[in-house]
Amino acid sequence: MNLFNIFDTIAQVDPEFNERVSPRREAIRNMASFGKKVTLAAMPFVISDLFKKAYSQSAPTDVNGVLNYALTLEYLEAEYYTLGAAASGLVPSGKPAGAIATIRDHEVAHVNFLKSVLGNNAVSKPTFDFTAKGTFADVFSNYDTFLALAQAFEDTGVRAYKGQAGILKGNQVVLTAALQIHSVEARHASHIRQMRRARGGAAANQKPWITGANDSGIGAAVDAVYMGEDNKIQAEVDITSLNGVGGKISTNAATQSFDEALAAPDVLNIAKLFIV
Amino acid sequence: MENLSKKNPAEIEQDNMLDNGRLRRRDFLKYAGASAAGIAVLSLGACDKNDDPIDNGGNAFYFGSGDIAILNYAYALEQLEAAFYTQVANSFYTGASDLEKAYLTDIRDHEIAHREFFKTALGKNAISQLEFNFSAVNFSSRDTVLATAKTFEDLGVSAYNGAGWLIKNEAYLLLAGKIVSVEARHAALVRDLIDNGSFANSEVIDSNGLDVSKSPTLVLQAAAPFIKSKIDVKDLPTY
Repeated sequence: MNLFNIFDTIAQVDPEFNERVSPRREAIRNMASFGKKVTLAAMPFVISDLFKKAYSQSAPTDVNGVLNYALTLEYLEAEYYTLGAAASGLVPSGKPAGAIATIRDHEVAHVNFLKSVLGNNAVSKPTFDFTAKGTFADVFSNYDTFLALAQAFEDTGVRAYKGQAGILKGNQVVLTAALQIHSVEARHASHIRQMRRARGGAAANQKPWITGANDSGIGAAVDAVYMGEDNKIQAEVDITSLNGVGGKISTNAATQSFDEALAAPDVLNIAKLFIV
Repeated sequence: MENLSKKNPAEIEQDNMLDNGRLRRRDFLKYAGASAAGIAVLSLGACDKNDDPIDNGGNAFYFGSGDIAILNYAYALEQLEAAFYTQVANSFYTGASDLEKAYLTDIRDHEIAHREFFKTALGKNAISQLEFNFSAVNFSSRDTVLATAKTFEDLGVSAYNGAGWLIKNEAYLLLAGKIVSVEARHAALVRDLIDNGSFANSEVIDSNGLDVSKSPTLVLQAAAPFIKSKIDVKDLPTY
């Protein structure tokens, strides 16, 4: 992957790009220092941090905006599982194939549901590249890569819906539906995490809930997905100061017991790595 | 569900206000006649000489009104779950694997964290510690314990999903969101322990891919057999 080519490509599409990362040299310098800390596999998510600085994202501001934001994420998930389930020899038959089919069907149902709610206001499906420009080249031929990205998508989805609840406050129909999708994504995340644990290796200690920041075993590539999940302060209450069994509540339990929200720009930065 | 987007905010708000009634006495009476579930809130009626099923006495289990009432409602459910898993982890069912013990201990700690959080956040508005009745649960039986856990977790998910829109304060809404997805993770795990692959089956997910959602009234009705204390939810928002 050549980062400089990517920047040049963007600069062609968006002539002001260089000004926005101004001074560009600084961005590249930042990149160089990032490069010392992270592996190549991590780079897409690191680039997203640079993009975040360069662009002001159009985060949803109204109900339709939230619904289209949700629809975009559901398009991504629906296509991901549809392709994964159809990929020959990828998902083992039996329980794994059954679970992936179940999740696929839910994501497809979410797409159809959100499209029906939005009617003519629905955005169209983007074109996806689940290899993220080659970084995850074996996503549909290596089962572990497939599950790792699935987990990243599900955990991101859970955080994304949470981040939009405020805009839907008080709306019986839309907020309730969004919450109903949100908890389905959390059920998916729980199961995918169990599937990865069963595979062993880097995910051998994976739990159905998120422990601290980035417990995925995937590496720095998904740091952006788990950024802030190590928070242990809720509404100014330090959860580790509360009484648990045989002492205070542990830091692990404090972070596991509350899933954190993720703001729209952060979610979009993750999603757009997979959008052509 | 078509064309929700065409409804203007004023209309939606109006709809919400129409639906956003308090739990009315009439509803309680209806459930009193209808249900053999022995709903705990109804037991209030039996000992009340003025024939009012609601305990207006300002006792330790008055939930309050508005968002406070909803937070106490969540606090009550977390108390229930924490008490259940505490008992589970004190003496695991026969044949519990190490992994099952680890997961159920984690869940216990999460529910205690939720309970203690609500207690602290509610401060003087918090209801007291409720008394529970788990006499129907055989804690030495894996099947019974996991079936009860599944009931509680799915109920918890449906409760937060159904109460979200009643919450006025955005910070409280976000907190409910942070908790409900953890309950959903629990629900999926417990379901998979019972039957691998049932994490999100058609018992709980409808044809639109939507999870369960229940009004506070329906949730309390389902939880009632396990709640010994007489709760006063007359000002709890519901629909």
